[in-house]
Amino acid sequence: MNDPPELGRSDVAHVAALARLELTDEELDRFTGQLARVIEHARDVAALDVGGVAPTAHPVPLGNVLRADDVRPSLDRAEVLSQAPDTEDGRFKVPRIIGDAP
Amino acid sequence: MTGVRDLAASVRAGERSAVSVLDGALSAIADRDTEVRAFLFVCEAEARAAAEALDDAVRAGSDPGPLAGVPVALKDNLCTRGIPTTCGSRILAGWHPPYDATVVARLRGAGAVVVGKTNLDEFAMGSSTENSSTGPTRHPQDLSRVPGGSSGGSAAAVAAGFVPLGLGSDTGGSVRQPAALCGVVGMKPTYGLVSRYGLIAFASSLDQIGPLARTVEDAAVLLEVIAGHDECDSTSIDRPAPMLVRSLDRGVDGVRVGVCAELVDGTAPDVAARVEQAAEALEKAGAEVASVSVPEVRFGLSAYYLIAPAEASSNLARYDGVRYGLRVPGHDVAAMNVATRTAGFGPEVKRRIMLGTYALSAGYYDAYYGKAQRVRTLMIQAFARAYERFDVLLGATAPTTAFALGERVDDPMAMYMSDVCTIPSNLTGDPAISVPFGTGRDGLPVGVQVLAPALEEELLFRVAAAVEAAAPAGDRTSAAGAVR
Amino acid sequence: MTDWDTVVGLEVHCELRTRTKLFCGCRNAFGDEPNTNICPVCLGLPGSLPVLNEQAVELAMRIGTALHAEIRPSIFHRKNYFYPDMPKDYQISQYDEPINVGGWLDLPDASRVGIVRAHIEEDTGKTTHQGASGRIHSAEYALVDYNRAGVPLVEIVSAPDIRSASQARAYVTELRGVLVATGASDGRMEEGSLRVDANVSVRRAGDEHYGTRCEIKNLNSLRSLVRAIEYEADRQVALVETGGRVVQETRHWDEGAGRTVPLRSKEEAFDYRYFPEPDLVPLDPDAEWQQRAAGAIGLLPAARRARLVELVTSGEHGAPTSQQQDQVEAVVNQGLDDLVVDAVDAGAPAALALVRAANELAADLEHATVLDPSAFARLVVMETTGAVTATQAKAILAELLSAGGGDPAEVARARGFEALADDSLVAVVAETVEANRAEWDRYLAGDDKLAGFFTGQIMKATRGKADGKRVAEELRRLRNGEPEA
Repeated sequence: MNDPPELGRSDVAHVAALARLELTDEELDRFTGQLARVIEHARDVAALDVGGVAPTAHPVPLGNVLRADDVRPSLDRAEVLSQAPDTEDGRFKVPRIIGDAP
Repeated sequence: MTGVRDLAASVRAGERSAVSVLDGALSAIADRDTEVRAFLFVCEAEARAAAEALDDAVRAGSDPGPLAGVPVALKDNLCTRGIPTTCGSRILAGWHPPYDATVVARLRGAGAVVVGKTNLDEFAMGSSTENSSTGPTRHPQDLSRVPGGSSGGSAAAVAAGFVPLGLGSDTGGSVRQPAALCGVVGMKPTYGLVSRYGLIAFASSLDQIGPLARTVEDAAVLLEVIAGHDECDSTSIDRPAPMLVRSLDRGVDGVRVGVCAELVDGTAPDVAARVEQAAEALEKAGAEVASVSVPEVRFGLSAYYLIAPAEASSNLARYDGVRYGLRVPGHDVAAMNVATRTAGFGPEVKRRIMLGTYALSAGYYDAYYGKAQRVRTLMIQAFARAYERFDVLLGATAPTTAFALGERVDDPMAMYMSDVCTIPSNLTGDPAISVPFGTGRDGLPVGVQVLAPALEEELLFRVAAAVEAAAPAGDRTSAAGAVR
Repeated sequence: MTDWDTVVGLEVHCELRTRTKLFCGCRNAFGDEPNTNICPVCLGLPGSLPVLNEQAVELAMRIGTALHAEIRPSIFHRKNYFYPDMPKDYQISQYDEPINVGGWLDLPDASRVGIVRAHIEEDTGKTTHQGASGRIHSAEYALVDYNRAGVPLVEIVSAPDIRSASQARAYVTELRGVLVATGASDGRMEEGSLRVDANVSVRRAGDEHYGTRCEIKNLNSLRSLVRAIEYEADRQVALVETGGRVVQETRHWDEGAGRTVPLRSKEEAFDYRYFPEPDLVPLDPDAEWQQRAAGAIGLLPAARRARLVELVTSGEHGAPTSQQQDQVEAVVNQGLDDLVVDAVDAGAPAALALVRAANELAADLEHATVLDPSAFARLVVMETTGAVTATQAKAILAELLSAGGGDPAEVARARGFEALADDSLVAVVAETVEANRAEWDRYLAGDDKLAGFFTGQIMKATRGKADGKRVAEELRRLRNGEPEA
């Protein structure tokens, strides 16, 4: 049985970066302590032998939910763009993008 | 006290105008909401226009629907077109959705009048409404206490008598727990019974929209209006809304009730006592009552605090400052994302996003998220076994009565423990309801929880009605301080 | 000097020709005004939910069947990463339970490339980088259009069975033909409806292990594909031969500079944190639907080539020449084979029709696809019988194409070629009927197919100068016993 390691400061720093969050040192310390306690509790789940059991992704046994390939009205562009922080030429404007998409 | 059926009937008959009903609600809110802070936004202009249109329709001889003129409060994670929807977060401050949630459209279609958006823990993450970016809602009966969460605003709005109906969302107990703490009825439907389209997602496989009301009947009327298949939600069950109101009085003769030990043990003694009392009352009413143990309940909290944050971490990625909401500038888009999210999210949301990211990250998926989803299956199987011997289960809704503001805010684990009795139903997808049943030693409300198998809402409400009928005197009107 | 093998696997993203997007009813269209085909779902607005497009599943199954894949029950996963062209900052895709598993594609040179999987996923929006020179790395800001966000894609992953840039080119060409034949794609690489990424590695000849591979992106044309693979293989060989090691990375093909460059990205390795999409339910198309999808696939390129080869070689001495093979491939590639088949049905000799299609028609595809097959047929016959020379035939054809139609005999007349006088035509028809009494009797008895035989004979006798319409009228007149006009 593989016991997952304890949650440490570097783990929290790593997931914060993945989640595009910036933490102060104080927050990093505080959150690490708090999250470690939660993970400690979660280790009782990790330790369970659930070998023969399938995961439940959905509590409802539905399948094959489909819709017909019919056009539906789109949103009014002006209404959508009025909510945007910055736009230009009918498009959403963002600061420069460094790096390509994966 | 008028139930919503009678209220709607009188509006439909022209005996009361929707405008006068609305005026009553608005004046109650004006009187007390500065101290309770149930509402984040009261949409007076829109409400008035809707009420006037309704009265015109009645005068013209048409039937506006089963909720004609009934004022409703909506948790602020439900999209309302053109009306601010913030999820209690700075990151959505000022956002006006360009569309209505399906439940909102159904409410309007039934003649309900949307009065405003209520306070919540930010992105529905919390059990006290203290995680709201604009400050907490206070318990209508004792302003030094929490109303519960995350649907604290809607529960308080109903409990304070501002509106007879509220909608909340329940992911780990967020409708039922505040209902119990505030002394109102709160219910979580079978997963898939009510459309999630337009409910701003927290944990997609757990979230359900649920009714909050003063009585079981009112909650049933509301659920009848919002439930039923929606083609905009792939997880929506392909069935029409169930009929609930007509069978409420059928009683509980021969119903097999299992008092679930794990939903009573570990709760405060005064809470446990009320559950026992409710069990006895059901027995007197003709039910067969016995004890049952579902040990797998103990894993619920841990599984929940892996699954919910994991899904949330993904659901909340879209708040990146690009298309709507808050944007804090950055020298490139990634820096802008970081600055925006860091400023826009509160600490509890950040905690859960990081926890969820961790549970899904490479190397840890199988141990945490993957395992938790299997534990979920174990729980579903365990409850299914219990339901072979029992028709419904009984237990506490919350382990204690309303706690003090600030008491648990610095200890996330302690806060998470508030959900231990409600979480199992979210994990299994089964329906459950909290019914006010007396008070605790401190005079604050206690809620008793009834649980049923999936799609057994009719049975669930019937038993709930029986529990309500037996509630200790004075508590059926425990919408304390209600201004009508 | 060691010999090196190039090993290539290709990932082809195919935009599906549905009317609407994968998870919502917004139009799936290219070139519309920015952000006019958006809704809460494809914009990823808070509270929105996806609902799967049935036609996307249909087309995905047709693709799977055409590639000999196994269609399996499947689910969707979320692939999580931040990028401004992603409205939800996760992409709904398929991970370890995709709809199509396995399969292969046979190429015209008889080589076979294995298919690993072909799954369904949603497309992203489009970003344009602005300011400075407009190139990514010196841009000041960017603009995002979400019209394309949510468009359905099928991603087809090949096995690393490809051994050269030219085989890669042949694979993409053949695959494109398959995708167009199934109705799944319009095949327009230049519009981005077909996008290719290449995984390239090298190994010493005879070595069975795979070398470290690099993924090459931004291949916008077949030419780029070939150049990039050749460049990258050379780069890797040079690296290893001088004692270096190939680093597994994603590289960008720079068309202008003619080389691949490593991508600069914020995170070294993306942790996508895949988990099953909770807003969608499992997909398990029943056998009846799978069969219907299979039955809806048109003639695949291989079958089209075989059909043409059959026409060209029937009645001849066996195999097509290699030049004819090339012509057949080109004609099928360009979707002109139906035209050739119809022209042959209308009396044109197959070999020459093939040549004219492969050469002249391919040069003006837009007009060629609406060319009237019988006009084309008459022209080919005129050339076959020597009524016009090859040069003249090409000129007439060019005119037919640019005018958008017309009659070759009239064009020939207008350009100063002999026309056949009408009474000569009547005489020729009468002579032809006389010379083929048996066939004429059968034609009279109702064997209408023989009209084609007589038309062919008359065309031959008049060296293509007869007007097809007049011939048909005359035959009819004779058959019905009507007097001369």
